Amino acid sequence: MSFLKTLIRHPQGAVGLFLTALVLTMAAIGPSIAPLDPETMHFANRFEPPSAEFLLGTDWFGRDLLSRMMVGAQSTVLLALLATIIATTIGALIGIISGYLGGWLDEGIMRIVDAIMAIPGLLFALLIISALGTSALNAVIAIGIAFAPGMARISRSVTLQIRALDYVSAARSRGENSLWIVLAEILPNVAAPIIVEATIRVAFAIMTLATLSFLGLGAQPPSPEWGLMISQGREHMFRSPWPIIVPGGAIALVAIGFNLLGDGLRDVLNPKSEH
Amino acid sequence: MSASFLIKRLFLMVLTAFVVSIIVFGVTQLLPADAAVMILGENATPEAMAALSSRLGLDRPAPIQYFDWLVGVLHGDFGISLRTGQAVGPTIFEALGRSALLAALSLFTVSIVAIPLGVWAAARRGKAADLGVSVLSYMGISLPEFVLATLLLAWLAGPSVGLFPASGYTSPLENPLDALHHLALPVITLSIVLLAHISRMVRSEMVDTLDSDFIRAARLRGLPRRQVLFRHALRNSMLPAITVIALDIGYLIGGVIVVEEIFSFPGVGRQLILAIQNRDLPMLQAGVLIMSMTYALANLAADLAYAALDKRIQFS
Repeated sequence: MSFLKTLIRHPQGAVGLFLTALVLTMAAIGPSIAPLDPETMHFANRFEPPSAEFLLGTDWFGRDLLSRMMVGAQSTVLLALLATIIATTIGALIGIISGYLGGWLDEGIMRIVDAIMAIPGLLFALLIISALGTSALNAVIAIGIAFAPGMARISRSVTLQIRALDYVSAARSRGENSLWIVLAEILPNVAAPIIVEATIRVAFAIMTLATLSFLGLGAQPPSPEWGLMISQGREHMFRSPWPIIVPGGAIALVAIGFNLLGDGLRDVLNPKSEH
Repeated sequence: MSASFLIKRLFLMVLTAFVVSIIVFGVTQLLPADAAVMILGENATPEAMAALSSRLGLDRPAPIQYFDWLVGVLHGDFGISLRTGQAVGPTIFEALGRSALLAALSLFTVSIVAIPLGVWAAARRGKAADLGVSVLSYMGISLPEFVLATLLLAWLAGPSVGLFPASGYTSPLENPLDALHHLALPVITLSIVLLAHISRMVRSEMVDTLDSDFIRAARLRGLPRRQVLFRHALRNSMLPAITVIALDIGYLIGGVIVVEEIFSFPGVGRQLILAIQNRDLPMLQAGVLIMSMTYALANLAADLAYAALDKRIQFS
């Protein structure tokens, strides 16, 4: 609890926490609290700017943009979270094992990780999607794999710091086996920095997922995924910018939220490092 | 810079290129539909497919196919596009030239804006100007290229404003002014996205430098504020900045893909998306490989520049 209090006193942390809480709530219960039905077409009210009836305006079919955005939160934010969890799990596993074991194995793994990171993230995700085929779930897997090397590198560098500490040497000289040392001594201590990094990665995952959907390689119609909404709104962009502004603003707001929360968490969990 | 550093770094580059080539080839080998299906369609007879497979060499073991492909690539032969039936090499290198122009113009534009902005924010740390730059850069790193590009397109290329063309490309050799006109919106989009990264990074490096003793000494000697900021502090902050700008080329490449697609700019990114949509394997492999190598070369150049500029760094 004292941790939450410190986070709230931190300006970036507080705003980030508020924004992410808002978005996660929307993703969880958005469909049931949306003011209007997201699929109902109000043909008399096409391309409306924000008004009392349609708070954020309507699209080319006269569908309520606020309601569509709230429903779309699920397919955008939850899937991005899933992608980040996949990346963090794979990356942390590789990074911790590599860093703990050290030696030529570590050297070899890290050379491969470096080489994979020589492929820019979006490009690698595109490569994987081309192999898996286009669907929302494949986009999630692609992002999970593409982000894993970065997480591995960070987990390894944290593991190296922890491994050099006395209590790990103590556990070793007590004759504990490696698996036990990794699980009981190393994992709890590398968790915090990894969580900070993962939080910031969620922002990238949301942006990448929306980008893939926008390119037609992620979520498919009629999903109200935000990137896809923008892609469809392009056809009518000279008639009304609102079908682009609303989901675009939502993406930016969520990404800002996770970025701020990540920065806040970093400062609170590790007061020594100033960024 | 010692010779051993240079050799080690070049060796690393070759190793990276090798592993990347294996990844690119390996992942594209997993494609659900193979090239024979792609050419003949789903309804072809098994005999026809087998015949074509053996003609294209697709029935040989994967390592041999990889080796053949690699030897071709090293000779500049990237195979034949399954979509157009033309050689991939000339197409992709022509597209690379256009993309390079787009990327270079964006990097240039962003440098002349982002560096002074970062210095200004650092000099006024904690004041309104600093906060303003911070807020703007948070917004910048949180707005994906495709959203920004689409909004700029709807606004500046729309019928009411109509400042710029919505899409297309003109060669700068034929008509330089028209070429710039077509490049403007893609360059503005990429610059704004990079602006956030680079100004934020320059600011944080400057803040660290401004806290150091030699800056305090320079101030105490009564040197003009501007001279301290730009001569002493910025020079020492630019060294770490080089590495970050090289890393930003990774983002830039992602941005180039998206922006080219939105503005129908005929560069590598657009070729790549077309290749994915059409399952054009050789074009896909060439596009990913060339973009990754560009990124790796940028990192190599940054490392070498860093080592050449900072006499303390050898290799660790």
